[in-house]
Amino acid sequence: MSTNREILFGLYDDETDLLSAVKVAKERHLNIDNVFSPFPVHGLDPLLGLKESRLHQAGFIYGMIGTLTAFLFMTWVFTRDWPIIFGGKPYWSVPAFIPITFELTVLFASIGMVVTYYAVNGQGPGVTNPVLDDRITDDKFCISFDAGHSSEEELAAYRKFLGETGASEIRTKTI
Amino acid sequence: MSAVVSPIRDPLITGHKDYHQITEDICAPSERTPSVAWVVSFLIAVSVLAVGVFCILWTIWFGIGTWNLNRTIGWGWDITNFVWWIGIGHAGTLISAILLLFRQKWRTGVNRAAEAMTIFAVLCAALFPGIHVGRMWVVFFFFPYPNTRGPLWVNFNSPLLWDLFAISTYFTVSLLFWYTGLVPDFATLRDRATGLRKRFYNFLSFGWTGAAKHWQRFESLSLVLAGIATPLVLSVHTIVSFDFATSVIPGWHTTIFPPYFVAGAIFSGFAMVLTLMIITRKVLKLEDYITVEHIDSMNKVILLTGTIVGVAYLTELFIAWYSGYIYEQYAFLNRVKGVYWWAYVGMMSCNVLSPQIFWFRKFRRNIALTFFMSIFVNIGMWFERFVIIPTTLARDYLPSSWSYYVPTWVEIGIFIGTLGIFFTLYLIFTRVAPVVAIAEVKSILKTSGDQYAGEHAKHAHKPHSHEEESVAH
Repeated sequence: MSTNREILFGLYDDETDLLSAVKVAKERHLNIDNVFSPFPVHGLDPLLGLKESRLHQAGFIYGMIGTLTAFLFMTWVFTRDWPIIFGGKPYWSVPAFIPITFELTVLFASIGMVVTYYAVNGQGPGVTNPVLDDRITDDKFCISFDAGHSSEEELAAYRKFLGETGASEIRTKTI
Repeated sequence: MSAVVSPIRDPLITGHKDYHQITEDICAPSERTPSVAWVVSFLIAVSVLAVGVFCILWTIWFGIGTWNLNRTIGWGWDITNFVWWIGIGHAGTLISAILLLFRQKWRTGVNRAAEAMTIFAVLCAALFPGIHVGRMWVVFFFFPYPNTRGPLWVNFNSPLLWDLFAISTYFTVSLLFWYTGLVPDFATLRDRATGLRKRFYNFLSFGWTGAAKHWQRFESLSLVLAGIATPLVLSVHTIVSFDFATSVIPGWHTTIFPPYFVAGAIFSGFAMVLTLMIITRKVLKLEDYITVEHIDSMNKVILLTGTIVGVAYLTELFIAWYSGYIYEQYAFLNRVKGVYWWAYVGMMSCNVLSPQIFWFRKFRRNIALTFFMSIFVNIGMWFERFVIIPTTLARDYLPSSWSYYVPTWVEIGIFIGTLGIFFTLYLIFTRVAPVVAIAEVKSILKTSGDQYAGEHAKHAHKPHSHEEESVAH
């Protein structure tokens, strides 16, 4: 997947450097395009202004769909489609439906959330997304700017910012 | 977010690692050509697997009569093995989910391999219900699908059907949870690889880039999956115990079964994790990531769950006596001193008595002893399931139908074969995937690396960490 965007980015050696750099960027109102790291850096999301993920809300909805699917299906089978008496219990023996209802709740919530997660991330089997530097999944922390849509002054400000905040490498790459 | 130095906390990563060194160390086993030891182990595992396949085909071809089950003892090694494997499969999700919720950092060193073990163990377990029904080609009757027999549905009130749903859900959720965690690490392998290998890992890594928003969603997903996998893992063995507890067989229909089965499952699962981890850390040179501290923590879980299981055994005996119900009393007397008394002795000594040595820190941190004990616990837990199943069935209400059961070579072969399946899959896993979760270990380096924690903690080698130095001194 190539979008032909020109990206200016700086690589940092440590997450503490990254965090302090992002703080500086926020003070200077620089328009950070993205931040990449080899592991989740805590404290980064509020600085970048990322809103809390709504995945868990989606998960709740998927779970509820699972609950209703299991419970209503078993109810329909045992009260409408083919009522059978098992062990002298009522047709609609709710306590016996609990285990399967629970399992399907969990199953629907998990599958739904994982599929949603990959869909909103733009990821999936065989998807290739552009990688700015191979060491971002190893030990480098990256702040990137959209260079293609920036003015000369903005670009100069970005470069100055990256240099001042201790980026060990500053490069551009078209992805 | 500067690192805090703690001289009290024991380090979980030793060897003064930095981020790059962690990547190198954990990726190394899958990047070098397989060692002779790996190839030999793999050949042995595949041969054992072949024995299992042969015995399964033998069973399917000649029918269930090739086993020694009889009218009285309808469940033998098949269900014993099934429950044993399912129990082993509990440790992975416990480590990855429950310990995540409890914020136990030591889980990061072992969760990846433990989850892999879970998935492989559940696969081995799922084999047994499939073949023990005899006519494996109609095994799809298990599932509620619209059929031409009415449609006649499956019995949703039956614990055996709950079990089908529980185990298939457990397998699916474990697999999703495990793979989601693997994706960032596959990306690490991808970015280090070239050529065909790069294409392979590119496929597996799903296009992972490490963007901040993706990590945020990753953590949100992990937390919610952990939250719902926690009741799931407890429900699975609870439902397995319902297979027995909802029957009317003395010795089976006890309300203590669910907690007792869950504790036993965690107990045996941790034993298997220890068996695998002690070999893995040695062979793959991962001693800096799976440390004695990890082994110590797992031994504490073994001690706790082993003792819970012991209390359950004694409670069962007490309640049988206290019930005043002669059939219940006889069932337990028969367990202790009946025809299968040796299995009861094996169970009690391996599961209850021997783990008590772990009250001592010195023994918990002794690797050779822990390895020996983990095998012991695995054997003990197998005996537990054997004691519950054939022993109880062998002496039922009618003395005229009392019986005895020994397995045939086919049943033994299938059990050995599942060990082959398990180890074959595990060995492939150690070649293809990082055995330790790279990203998660990196995320705890600043709090649990030995530069930052433990008695040898000192300031990091980086110039920006002056405040850390002042804390340390």
